[in-house]
Amino acid sequence: MSDYLIKLQNINLIRQGRHILKDIQLEIRAGEIITLIGPNGAGKSSLLKLALGLIPASSGQRICLPNLRIGYMPQKISLPDTLPLTVKHFLKLAKGFQKNELYNVSQRLKIEHLLSQPMQRLSGGEQQRVLLARALLSKPELLVLDEPVQGLDVSGQSELYHLISDLKDELNCGVLMVSHDLHLVMAATDKVVCLNGHVCCEGHPQLVQQDPSYLELFGKSMPAHLAPYTHHHDHTHGEHCNHDHSGDKS
Amino acid sequence: MSWLIDALLAGWLLSLMSGPLGSFIVWRRMAYFGDTLAHSALLGVTLGFVFDVNLNLAIILCAVFVALILASLQRQHFIPSDTLLGLMAHTTLAAGLVTLSQLDNVRIDLNAYLFGDLLAVNREDLIIMALGSALVLIVLSRMWRGLLAASVSEELAQVEGYPVARLRLMFMVLLAVVIASAMKLVGVLLITAMLIIPAAAARPYSQGPKQMAILATLISMLAVALGLGLSYQFDTPAGPSIVLASALFFLISQSSYRFFVRH
Repeated sequence: MSDYLIKLQNINLIRQGRHILKDIQLEIRAGEIITLIGPNGAGKSSLLKLALGLIPASSGQRICLPNLRIGYMPQKISLPDTLPLTVKHFLKLAKGFQKNELYNVSQRLKIEHLLSQPMQRLSGGEQQRVLLARALLSKPELLVLDEPVQGLDVSGQSELYHLISDLKDELNCGVLMVSHDLHLVMAATDKVVCLNGHVCCEGHPQLVQQDPSYLELFGKSMPAHLAPYTHHHDHTHGEHCNHDHSGDKS
Repeated sequence: MSWLIDALLAGWLLSLMSGPLGSFIVWRRMAYFGDTLAHSALLGVTLGFVFDVNLNLAIILCAVFVALILASLQRQHFIPSDTLLGLMAHTTLAAGLVTLSQLDNVRIDLNAYLFGDLLAVNREDLIIMALGSALVLIVLSRMWRGLLAASVSEELAQVEGYPVARLRLMFMVLLAVVIASAMKLVGVLLITAMLIIPAAAARPYSQGPKQMAILATLISMLAVALGLGLSYQFDTPAGPSIVLASALFFLISQSSYRFFVRH
């Protein structure tokens, strides 16, 4: 096993009296995709920001390889309308990239035709591809993605997940992402971390899906009318996890 | 006549700084922040008298101090940002006025500080302003990319390794320098106008950030020339005349954009 890129040890985060993250251990390695899942308010975004070093932990340690190149794709960014900025201007703000890289990456993400467009005029899906392009420009060793497929249709989602998986192989980078759609994530992910303030369970997707605490969060205990995600079907798992997902994606 | 040329030069030197910096103020939605720093300038002047230090330096130090207090107060969430800015702006202005009233041995023309006093611009001021604007432009051009990246998204910029906190602090210092230089010309209460109106007027015709900064500078220079001309011709106060001229350019830019581009 390769060494870690970022390691979080006994991380606690307390904000305004609320214990948002409890005793988190997390190691991110090169060539590995880790997906964070969990209900709203579980602390997924906070954990991501902690891993990025954007916010300090209340206690615990974040150990990061020196000069680690991180590519970060936020959920979305909101640019002021007063700032005239084309997609190309925006991409060029990425730190330390080679010039021809800009064209390679835009080709790869099919955003060449958008380069001279103002950032403000992009659709949600286009903005996501541009944000991913910006994250890739610095040839990251670690790619951090905050709900990268949010708002895409199902085929768009699976396309983007494939792309991320391919990119991971090409760059041999580690990937840490937040997602709330489990079914598509499962295929490409090496490790799922199920978060609800603390780490409820973690491991290979197949194992996590059968974990009692996972079922507790996403399965039977959640009343259908409260469930924030698409997993509001009753889980009656057999041994081999025969999901009945009819009517899931409606 | 030579005072007019001095004033024109001073105004143009100011434009060189306020054009690019004003663009950043507009992009970063910091108009009220700039206004708050400007309000603190009067306090800077009076403190400068009290402690007998160079007034420009006193204004800069006072503005940076206020900026730091603001930054630390903004970290708590009980008071919304705009309330906090209003609170600081008027508290520092009031503190300036009160301190001023207690200075027995100094006679200051308050109007000149609030609304600018053209005749007060002398050769020495011009030299200081020339040095100041050269410094501001050099520093700004060096931090341009980082500051722009941070204006687009602070989080993204920080992850990519831009020194976001340092850039923010440097920006405040530059702003303080501009405020100190603008004070004699347009006065405490009108400085923000010099920063934001030319930038707002430049926006419709700009395709990129650099272009907008340059265009804002040019519009500001035109407004200075027009404002001073009007002031000379009709004996109106110079600072307010310059601001009105900028507003006129803003109106022309907005309406012509709608007329020519939208139709």
